[in-house]
Amino acid sequence: MKSCIFAYKHKAILPSASQSFYDNMKEPNQHTFEDQFQARIDAEERIEPKDWMPEKYRKTLIRQISQHAHSEIVGMLPEGNWVTRAPSLRRKVALLAKVQDEAGHGLYLYGAAETLGAERDDLLDELHTGKAKYSSIFNYPTLSWADIGAIGWLVDGAAIMNQVPLCRCSYGPYARAMVRVCKEESFHQRQGYEIMLTLARGSEAQKQMAQDALNRWWWPSLMMFGPSDKDSKHTAQSMAWKIKRFTNDELRQRFVDITAPQAEFLGLTIPDEDLRYNAETGHYEFGAINWDEFWQVVSGDGPCNRQRLKARRKAHEEGAWVRDAAVAYAEKRRQRKAAAAQQQQVA
Amino acid sequence: MSNKKNWPLWEVFIRSKNGLSHKHAGSLHAADAEMAIENARDVYTRRNEGVSIWVVESQHITASSPNQSESLFDPANDKVYRHPTFYNLPDEVKHM
Repeated sequence: MKSCIFAYKHKAILPSASQSFYDNMKEPNQHTFEDQFQARIDAEERIEPKDWMPEKYRKTLIRQISQHAHSEIVGMLPEGNWVTRAPSLRRKVALLAKVQDEAGHGLYLYGAAETLGAERDDLLDELHTGKAKYSSIFNYPTLSWADIGAIGWLVDGAAIMNQVPLCRCSYGPYARAMVRVCKEESFHQRQGYEIMLTLARGSEAQKQMAQDALNRWWWPSLMMFGPSDKDSKHTAQSMAWKIKRFTNDELRQRFVDITAPQAEFLGLTIPDEDLRYNAETGHYEFGAINWDEFWQVVSGDGPCNRQRLKARRKAHEEGAWVRDAAVAYAEKRRQRKAAAAQQQQVA
Repeated sequence: MSNKKNWPLWEVFIRSKNGLSHKHAGSLHAADAEMAIENARDVYTRRNEGVSIWVVESQHITASSPNQSESLFDPANDKVYRHPTFYNLPDEVKHM
């Protein structure tokens, strides 16, 4: 640190950078790395890849970001199921664009995880061996076209609720990825709701189809926010590190508050006898979540867990020759270029 | 056959429109530069976010280290005379 060589008469007009310089000088430099790190977090500073960070912060982020990435990638499967059977070209291009977005979101997120020193191949291995988790919602089947509407409306709606606060996450690359994701997700939710609206205003059979989809997707959507706060082992630390900004239960409540009137507008009934608006609190009260089902699906015994992982593994294995061929072709091109350059030099 | 098992990592920079500079958008894996540009098109410009793409293999980027940031950036901290507000002028002087 250099000493102050100027006597400033005009301190009031000093640029803010210099002001913070003086503030820093007042602080004795006796903190541990971890204290300094937490102080940066508390001051709403963003942490960037090469900055010092506690090993547990790095590990927590790699776990969360890679799970998030896996969810985007596995999330393509239930929707991909309906691409060839979309009822019109308009619906088909929209669904294709949405599924393509999910692939993009997965890639932004893998990229963010890699800034923390994770290797892409290791992350994929963890997904394929079942070591890494992904959102439990994607282990439910898409039985009818209305499920595509319900997924866009509820599943993407819940994802947005989770992801908007992540745009302010303390880790810069994750936050930036989330900004891109959130911008793109709002189309997903609107296309889903439009599908639901069209069905709800259609024939009796179509309305029934929409209701059936809501019945099956409602509770798994509420489970997307994760275990209740009292059972969430990561929440407290993640909140302190400002990776998370709201608890699972807070976000779940917000989702119910926003979604219940939307269901009403559709003329559909949310499958919860205990759901009612509490005028005093301004919130909806809702029934108990079946956590046994949640843990069962998370631990691998949901309706489609094996099918999803099998599909992912198959795609990865059968794509191996393409990855190898691309490397070989790139190498061949590089050699040809080098040879051509050498020939030119000789000539 | 190359002994490189994985596609290398590339950093992607996008010019959103002419008149603006390229800005870091993120990273991706690709076998070579051409593929990196094609992948960057699909991953980062699905909604007309760009008119030009730069890709550079991540290993070729040299970055300053946060450990150096004091020695690199602190010298600018106490040079307030580099800012226009450091200079006292009477209010009567206009357009300066």
